[in-house]
Amino acid sequence: MNGVFDVGGTDGLGPIDPPENEPVFRAEWEKAAFAMFPACFRAGYFGLDSFRHGIEQMRPSVYLESPYYEHWLHSVEHHGIANGEIDPEELDRRTQFYLENPDAPLPEHEPNPELIEFVNAVVPAGAPAQRPTDKPARFKVGDIVRMVNVSPFGHSRMARYIRGKVATVVAYRGSFIFPDSAGNGRGEDPQHVYTIQFDGAELWGEEYAEPNTSTTFDVWDPYIELVREAEGAHA
Amino acid sequence: MSSKARSSQETAARVKALESMLIEKGLMTTEMVDRLVEIYETEVGPQLGAKVVAKAWTDPDFKARLLKDATEACKEVGISGLQGEDMVVLEDTDDVHHAIVCTLCSCYPWPVLGLPPNWYKEPQYRSRIVREPRKVLAEEFGYQIPEEKEIRIWDSSSEMRYWVLPQRPAGTEGLTEDQLAELVTRDSMIGVGPVKGAS
Repeated sequence: MNGVFDVGGTDGLGPIDPPENEPVFRAEWEKAAFAMFPACFRAGYFGLDSFRHGIEQMRPSVYLESPYYEHWLHSVEHHGIANGEIDPEELDRRTQFYLENPDAPLPEHEPNPELIEFVNAVVPAGAPAQRPTDKPARFKVGDIVRMVNVSPFGHSRMARYIRGKVATVVAYRGSFIFPDSAGNGRGEDPQHVYTIQFDGAELWGEEYAEPNTSTTFDVWDPYIELVREAEGAHA
Repeated sequence: MSSKARSSQETAARVKALESMLIEKGLMTTEMVDRLVEIYETEVGPQLGAKVVAKAWTDPDFKARLLKDATEACKEVGISGLQGEDMVVLEDTDDVHHAIVCTLCSCYPWPVLGLPPNWYKEPQYRSRIVREPRKVLAEEFGYQIPEEKEIRIWDSSSEMRYWVLPQRPAGTEGLTEDQLAELVTRDSMIGVGPVKGAS
């Protein structure tokens, strides 16, 4: 989808102002919102791509102005309500209750060693997205390629600032879950992934690009089309 | 969903409300929250990436393995995991300076750098670093990259996780690996700042 989350190259969003230091979590609620991701991932509420798509569907002004972990909150809510696990009216009722009683405790509950074991296992093991595929890899390092210029609905990683632009394939990465499929609930459909490199002038125009700069972007096989093969490919 | 930004009180109440429902479903516990926070506040952070950089500076064979397959090389020193299942290390040279971003969301190599700083996840950095990298580094981070050096920005659009191997500063020949690791900043591994002791 063409959404505000796709900010690459947007002007006028203001200064970055990186602080000298800041805590990993700035508020208690950020800790709980962070933990909801692995908890609900484990429960099958979403995969990583669907989780991102939940964030992408936030109201644009809220997306741009809310603290980061509110994005996560939004996606967990979005998927919990969509899969019927979270009753939105009950969520609203409880929100009102905690707003009026911010120090009211959470429901009493027993520790669950399984959840701790899950955390201790998944943090170092990760959740790899590499998947085998029988499809041939259509491109190789050195090929000159063009990013397809289309505007798909739903989840995609086709950033607008590179669409239609020409780049060089600089690396082949293996085959991975395809976000344009998995993020839209259509299965993993693994695709080959390449890193392609754009000259700054190709992205922004000679007149506006900073000299001697480039940007790389990772693309799945269907994202690119061949302009010309690597030199010497037929030698 | 909500049509306007929430106040911090409203957000906190919303999170607590959702947490209470997830707790009742048995999907999360406060102990689980505490354990995750403990991991990312005290165990997994940029000190791990710094250790890898220092090792690469002192051990050419390790450096070669790191540049060939960062995921496997990091496993040698016990570093691996979520949001770093497929890592690539970018070596700064006299000719090229690297920096990372995720323009579409907030992808970042957690196993070596921990959770990303807020500015990395916010639209301001994500929008501008691809458009005017030299200016952003100079004006926002006080980090001057000479014009003759190429700046290459790595937009982390896939599940590959990139991070930077900065150049070892001159005059550090006598330092031990542990002393070298002390010089390696988080920002130097993102590509937005120098290592300590470098110009």
